[in-house]
Amino acid sequence: MKALVIGCGRVGSSLALQLASEGWEVTAVDEKEEALGRLGDGWRGGFVLGHGMDTEVLREAGIEEADAVVVATDGDNTNIVIGQVAQERFDNQCVVVRVLDPARAEFYRQRGLRTICPTSVAIEVLLDSVRACEVRPAEPTTA
Amino acid sequence: MYILIAGGGKVGANLARVLLNDDRHEVTLIEQRRDRFERLEHEFEHQVMLGDATEIFVLERAGIARPPDVVAALTGDDEDNLIICQLAREKYGVPKVIARVNDPRNQAHFDLLGISPTVSATRGLMALIEHEVPEHDLVHLLELRKENLEIVEVLIDESAPAAGKRVEMLELPEGSRLISVMRNGRSEIAVGSTELQPGDQVLAILQPGKEDELKRVLLKA
Repeated sequence: MKALVIGCGRVGSSLALQLASEGWEVTAVDEKEEALGRLGDGWRGGFVLGHGMDTEVLREAGIEEADAVVVATDGDNTNIVIGQVAQERFDNQCVVVRVLDPARAEFYRQRGLRTICPTSVAIEVLLDSVRACEVRPAEPTTA
Repeated sequence: MYILIAGGGKVGANLARVLLNDDRHEVTLIEQRRDRFERLEHEFEHQVMLGDATEIFVLERAGIARPPDVVAALTGDDEDNLIICQLAREKYGVPKVIARVNDPRNQAHFDLLGISPTVSATRGLMALIEHEVPEHDLVHLLELRKENLEIVEVLIDESAPAAGKRVEMLELPEGSRLISVMRNGRSEIAVGSTELQPGDQVLAILQPGKEDELKRVLLKA
């Protein structure tokens, strides 16, 4: 199976490495050449230098044959646009989009884009950790 | 009218200024950069707001839920303009959205997601240049912004695949029609039985972005 990872920063690069180790044929896309370094010397997958908004770059990276597309650049709006292009122009069935802003993540989720919001996930985990502590707040007082 | 403008650069600020010359308009301008915002605040006072116009709470503070009659997304960032227009139209039912396209290569994304009309300085300049170059094969004559249509002129030459064919035989792209044919200084309305001949100047009406398809049908062998 082929996966395309657009945005090869901390999240994208780790994801690309993990998918590759699970047997996916992975191509990463990033506009900075340094991003390739994050994948390490042993990287056997593909790497395309360019911006994910550029349709030619997406084609070169194999979006037409990709079974899964992960969009994880550092820009929410960039990710949302690329995600929609992957889904609507290239008819990709599995498109996953990172969106840090919970409000936009929710709106586009309702419109049928598979958005993942790390902020919401972090809030949940942090809340759970606080609740797991052995301390409890006083009963809320009503004013 | 109530007009919400995202992006207080040269384009957005000048538009706000022009609109506010007319008493009938109410304008809110949203600018993300603090330095720019502070300069704009001297001039526009409470009519300019500091914030990222792609953030839903910022849009709501600016009154997007009223909703405005028009939202103009004029930032220097095409992704932002696209998202602002999608939120305005689809989340808040804004009847009219206008987007600035900074990089003409992104036009296809706006078209794909149905964001129209769009304004692009590069495209506008190209249209002017094309109009000045007479031998260019497709000339933009008129843009009907409100209708999202444009009128172009095409010269049929001898090698054109459309030469010798009747209009009804042409597989014209969806969203396009031939209007008239000018031959030997005389012009007539193009109907199904009109046969195109080399040397004809054809006027066509089409949706912006269909030019290449139309050229393929009329001009390229």
